[in-house]
Amino acid sequence: MKPSRSLRFVCTAPVLLVAGCSEWQSALHPYGENARTTLSLILSFAIICTIVWILVMLALAGALLRRRSNAEGLRPPLETDPRRERGFTRMVGSAVAATVLILVGLTIASFFAGKSNAALTGKEMLTVRVTGHQWWWEVRYQDASPSHTIISANEIHVPVGEPVKIELDSGDVIHSFWVPSLAGKRDLIPGRPSEITLLVDKPGVYRGQCAEFCGYQHAHMAITVVAQRPDAFDAWRKAQLADAVPPAGAQQRRGQQVFLSTGCVLCHTIRGTPAGGTSGPDLTHVASRQGLAADTLPMTRGALGAWIADPQSVKPGAKMPRVDLGPDDLNAVVAYVGSLK
Amino acid sequence: MSDAVLRQPIRRQKEEGLKGIRDIGLDDAALHAFLSETWKTPKGFSGWLTTVDHKLIGRRYIVTAFLFLILAGLSALVMRFQLASPESGRIGPDLYNQLFTMHGTTMMFLFAVPVMEAFAVYLVPLMIGTRNVAFPRLNAFSYWVYLGGGLMIWIAFACNTGADAGWFDYVPLGGPEYGIGKRSDFWAQMVTFTEVSALAVAVEIIATVFKQRAPGMTLDRIPLYVWAVLVTSFLILFAMPAVMVSSTMLILDRLVGTHFFNQAEGGDPLLWQHLFWFFGHPEVYIIFIPATGFVSSILPTFTRRPVFGYLAIVLSLISIGFLSFGLWVHHMFATGLPQLGSSFFTASSMMIAIPSGIQIFCWIATLWGGRPIFATPLLFVLGFIFTFVIGGLTGVMVASVPLDLQVHDTYFVVAHFHYVLVGGAVFPLIGAVYYWFPKITGRMMSERLGRWSFWLIVIGFNATFFPMHILGLQGMPRRVYTYPLESGWGGMNLFVSLSALVLLAGFAVFFLNVLASLRNGRIAGDNPWNASTLEWATTSPPQPYNFARLPAVTHGEPLWAEGDTLPAIEGLRVDAREVIAGTVADATPQIREPSADNSIWPLLAALAVGATFLASIFTPWAVVWGAIPVAITLIGWFWPKGTPEDEE
Repeated sequence: MKPSRSLRFVCTAPVLLVAGCSEWQSALHPYGENARTTLSLILSFAIICTIVWILVMLALAGALLRRRSNAEGLRPPLETDPRRERGFTRMVGSAVAATVLILVGLTIASFFAGKSNAALTGKEMLTVRVTGHQWWWEVRYQDASPSHTIISANEIHVPVGEPVKIELDSGDVIHSFWVPSLAGKRDLIPGRPSEITLLVDKPGVYRGQCAEFCGYQHAHMAITVVAQRPDAFDAWRKAQLADAVPPAGAQQRRGQQVFLSTGCVLCHTIRGTPAGGTSGPDLTHVASRQGLAADTLPMTRGALGAWIADPQSVKPGAKMPRVDLGPDDLNAVVAYVGSLK
Repeated sequence: MSDAVLRQPIRRQKEEGLKGIRDIGLDDAALHAFLSETWKTPKGFSGWLTTVDHKLIGRRYIVTAFLFLILAGLSALVMRFQLASPESGRIGPDLYNQLFTMHGTTMMFLFAVPVMEAFAVYLVPLMIGTRNVAFPRLNAFSYWVYLGGGLMIWIAFACNTGADAGWFDYVPLGGPEYGIGKRSDFWAQMVTFTEVSALAVAVEIIATVFKQRAPGMTLDRIPLYVWAVLVTSFLILFAMPAVMVSSTMLILDRLVGTHFFNQAEGGDPLLWQHLFWFFGHPEVYIIFIPATGFVSSILPTFTRRPVFGYLAIVLSLISIGFLSFGLWVHHMFATGLPQLGSSFFTASSMMIAIPSGIQIFCWIATLWGGRPIFATPLLFVLGFIFTFVIGGLTGVMVASVPLDLQVHDTYFVVAHFHYVLVGGAVFPLIGAVYYWFPKITGRMMSERLGRWSFWLIVIGFNATFFPMHILGLQGMPRRVYTYPLESGWGGMNLFVSLSALVLLAGFAVFFLNVLASLRNGRIAGDNPWNASTLEWATTSPPQPYNFARLPAVTHGEPLWAEGDTLPAIEGLRVDAREVIAGTVADATPQIREPSADNSIWPLLAALAVGATFLASIFTPWAVVWGAIPVAITLIGWFWPKGTPEDEE
């Protein structure tokens, strides 16, 4: 695959998202080491459990359908046949022994799957710090020099074929980081940083969602993982390091002015402008992302307009307040924010 | 002779100060007259408030618990209405979050545990051949406290103050900073109410089973149902304090600014999870173990033979009880515990499948060795085995750490625990209602409607919950009020919502059957199923004194072994409430023990305690001032009166 082709994953995201909808954040469609190991574990457990269930049901059916002699029908309830009872003891005993063996086998299989999943830890080159907030994800690419630190939201870019350490922490309540196609989940507990390692083996866009109930908009707290070839990833990283593009044209300039002179500026950062709020997502390259409001809406101009005009009707309870803007101001802000590639 | 004539001598004797009439030599009619006077509940409203008859209390406990089941079931239906299509706006997140919290809270705290206790309160004294539970007034008190807690949280919900942080109420979401208004406080205080009542019942069941068994009912002759509720009572005793402590800590955090769960001040949100699940996992077995007792009661009756493997089943029950305290961390695998620690909990969680398996195998062997009679109670037991085994096997799946990390907090887990709790506990419970309805009401339930309810419930249940396994694996998380159109989960969710209507129809038929049979059911007689345990040796419904002469037991299946000629004990007083107390292991009679009379004090004490709990949601001073009425009612309750022994 040429780099340009992997870059397309970023540029043509909406198309891909629709194309990929049968595999929408599914543990049954693994694209990562961890999820693949786990899927084989799930399937082996499921097969063994199904066989066990069928055997139990056959035993039950046999008991119900067994032919019974007339003599047996007249027998008083306390007169059980000792020979038969001994047979039952043997049967129950062997069933219990089989249960123990199966359980030991499953426990061992589970242990080794867990060990193989843990084996990736410690081999990471890249670290991404993800902080959960009600109801969005703050994403930071740490770097020794602060000027090389990238701050973004709700979207993680990772190079394929390389273990990536995701450091997890929460800014408020407990959340859980879960991208089913890549790995199992890990909770984000305030005051207890933890981490998880992702290894993605195919370029693509993978969706995840907060898995620990975190209040009002728990349902709308999605995260997107964009896996890219290493060179495409480096290109993305370089682009993210740049300051925001300056507004082009009168409308965008007006949009920037409105942004900087209303409530927006209190919560959002746009690097290269005076906007430096930190309680909301960093918007420096917001238009390069695939979704809005933690993937509540796709990143389209119309959706952006709807979201900015009235966040509370799109995502009731979200922390972003409605800012009253006239139609022209609203269009201008949408044009400006939509230009922040 | 009429009752009125017979009461004459009682009154005369009372007037003359004569005490200590024994049942020796009294004929049946005289015995009935004496005992029904001594053990009666006064007619009318005052009798309703003051009764300590375990059957009346058990009955109202059962009815109340089923009313809460209806409320919680309807909440689930509203949730399914919202989830029937993607991005639907039928109800918003605020109501949805309250509904799923109320659904879980009500099902666990106000339906499942209380209904199991309710049956125990009703059945245990009858099954072990005594006249009342060990602490009758505590029993009355426990019902009133339970009712108070249930009413409180549902009235709060009606006032838009319904708890909304889940039935597990994780902090910090339920804590002072993020739990808005008084919602979490009502939740936490409801926990305190229901746990007080559960502890009270547990204590009285343990004492009753240990001390009041019919003479001759040695440990190996105790009915399996009684064994099950005995083990359950010990679980309650050890598990419930954990959640009472944690809910109290939560209230303290919220009301007076302690920092038990505030990591910024040295507290720890994980502490909540450990305490909650240290209770929460045994809780599942507190619900499930009595249900296995139902199964072990129903099976022998409808296979016409004793349960195969009595000893194995008893030992399984006890080992499930112990193991259930070693599993709680499997609710917390995603919190990131060290691998070795998690592996231990994987192993222990898998291990509990062994005693559960032993019980299933013994029941199937019982069916092999007997002659099944396919009456409705047995049908529900068969539905239970069919369904519960699936839940048990998915339980083995979620015990595995890596597997659990994928399915934890998804619809897979929703499917799993509904299979365990509905398939494993509610199916046997409905079977138990069909089975003991004749004993409780004196009338049979309709078999025809019984079959309809069985098929609708079993098919409706499986169609509703089986697809959730797949939804979970496809990535649908729990506790979401909506999901995107692009997810592709819409079709299956619609199917689930429609199937829920079938389940609803099944329950509607069941309740209809109950109501219709109350009026028009066939008269049952003492032992309509020709069953073997002692509750069938008395009238249906039983007299207030349960047994005219307390039975003695020489066999594990007394009615099959002795027929109509059950040996009886003589020598108890008939003009005062007395039961026999015996040794724990052999049930050798030791003393005649007085049993408490009707009293209004348990209700007054429950009111005082309830008012204190309620007010302490708003001010810590409630504990100080509330102590005064609580103390007064307790003094009234325990005011020393001359006991029959003293008077003799």
